[in-house]
Amino acid sequence: MAVIEARGLTYTYPESKKPALVDVDLVVEEGEFVILTGPSGCGKTTLCRCLNGLIPHFYGGELRGELYVAGMNVKEHKTWELAQHVGLVFQNPENQLFSLTVEKDIAFGPENLGLPREEIRNRVDWALDRTGTTPLRYRAPYELSGGQQQRVAIASTLAMKPKVLVLDEPTSFLDPRGAQRIFETVNRLNKELGITIILVEHRLDLASVYADRVIVMNDGRIALDGTPKEVYLSGETEALGVGVVKVVKLYQLLEETGLRLRDVPISPKEASKLLREVLSP
Amino acid sequence: MIVVENVYYTYPNGVEALKGVSLRIKDGEFVAIMGENGAGKTTLVLHLNGLLKPTKGRVLVDGVDTREVSVAQLSRKVGLVFQNPDSQFFCSTVEEEIAFALKNFGFSQEVIEKRITWALNLMNLKQYRHRSPFTLSGGEKKRVALAAVLAWDPQILILDEPTIGQDYRQKEKLRQFILQLNSQGRTVIIVTHDVEFVADCVPAPRVVLMAGGRVIADGDAEEVLTNPELVKKASLIQPQISQVFQELADLGLPRNVLNVYEARRIILERWRGR
Repeated sequence: MAVIEARGLTYTYPESKKPALVDVDLVVEEGEFVILTGPSGCGKTTLCRCLNGLIPHFYGGELRGELYVAGMNVKEHKTWELAQHVGLVFQNPENQLFSLTVEKDIAFGPENLGLPREEIRNRVDWALDRTGTTPLRYRAPYELSGGQQQRVAIASTLAMKPKVLVLDEPTSFLDPRGAQRIFETVNRLNKELGITIILVEHRLDLASVYADRVIVMNDGRIALDGTPKEVYLSGETEALGVGVVKVVKLYQLLEETGLRLRDVPISPKEASKLLREVLSP
Repeated sequence: MIVVENVYYTYPNGVEALKGVSLRIKDGEFVAIMGENGAGKTTLVLHLNGLLKPTKGRVLVDGVDTREVSVAQLSRKVGLVFQNPDSQFFCSTVEEEIAFALKNFGFSQEVIEKRITWALNLMNLKQYRHRSPFTLSGGEKKRVALAAVLAWDPQILILDEPTIGQDYRQKEKLRQFILQLNSQGRTVIIVTHDVEFVADCVPAPRVVLMAGGRVIADGDAEEVLTNPELVKKASLIQPQISQVFQELADLGLPRNVLNVYEARRIILERWRGR
């Protein structure tokens, strides 16, 4: 079942002449793990803002075309209704966390839904557990590392039990290990709970292995859309200002010189396995 | 030359960010200071232009102790581009932002005009000359911050996390630019945890690996970034190519490979000779 359905989505920010999204058609099925990438200013963040209704309800501007998320028409439903189905995690977790303890931050969303006390407690326990942040429960968010803060931000979104989790460059400020832990956390939410993931990311080397699908945007439009292998092998990514992961690059360089591996590797593990086939004595 | 001698630094809130760091950087070197968030990388580079003074130990820039000169004097020689460009900006246009330091260094109006134009062209920012730097995108802001420092042509250039928030194309340009500045004889120091960015640099930089306020390794990128224990200790991840070659070490392939073109050369050689 489609959880996101956009038809002819075109959006222009207030006081802007040029639309930030142009005629976007997109169907995302429930449970998909999608990486959304593209050069700076391509419209990725704008699309994310549409998915939970920040556009048009908060930003204003002109939104044309149709967008349904979790069966709701985004134009007709308020942000607080959409927020129960679509969680948004920002680049900088400091913009999202404001309470004195991690627990209170996570409880904030469910409290605002007016849920019974017991249910709120259960959801907090569950969200802490699922994001590996239980040991941080009574800590103050501002004293945590960037990676811990980002996992708490994910937990606070998760406590709303969303169908879709949208993460807008969640690892920009993290070191590689911190980034990998975020991707692993998100991947578990996807595989174990079936939550649909829209991950805006430049770090394709680390993230690609988890994704079913990669979408590349350019100039407000969807330029490429397919499995990671299809997209990286399209030969069009570099012209769009998007790099391919290093092991795919190696595959391409070898192929140019006459050595064709049996399949396209997405991770170093796959690459070494495929190389072993051709290099073993 | 920069000499860092057994430097300790404790922030006013009591956090000990550097715990005995010693380092020598020769003129014209290309150095990447790498490590996890909170390892002390930024604290270290803030010492190199005198913004921070050691709690213990000393820092010498061309023989001069940083405690004995002003930040303004040191900055003429050591240009630092901050991680967050917003912490660098305060003028209402890009042009004024770039002119500010030049005026303070006492350049003539004529030279200032030339340098501004040069730096704007170099960083592909001509069209933003009269815009407020705060209205630009993240990537553009980074380029303005870099242009403002390049305009006074410091001999030593320090870039703190230059690749954060930059897309692939901008990173490619940045890499070529850094390599070009270095090949012209400037000392270039980058602070980064972007291992793939470093792996793509040819020639590869010297890597100074930090963890917990100390230097835990210092050597060629090919040696440091392909060492699994060291890389793990610094919360980094080995570059993909290095991971591949580690897996294939039992076939007699070298372990210390970082770069994808070097990888192709070695693999083809082996494949053809099989």
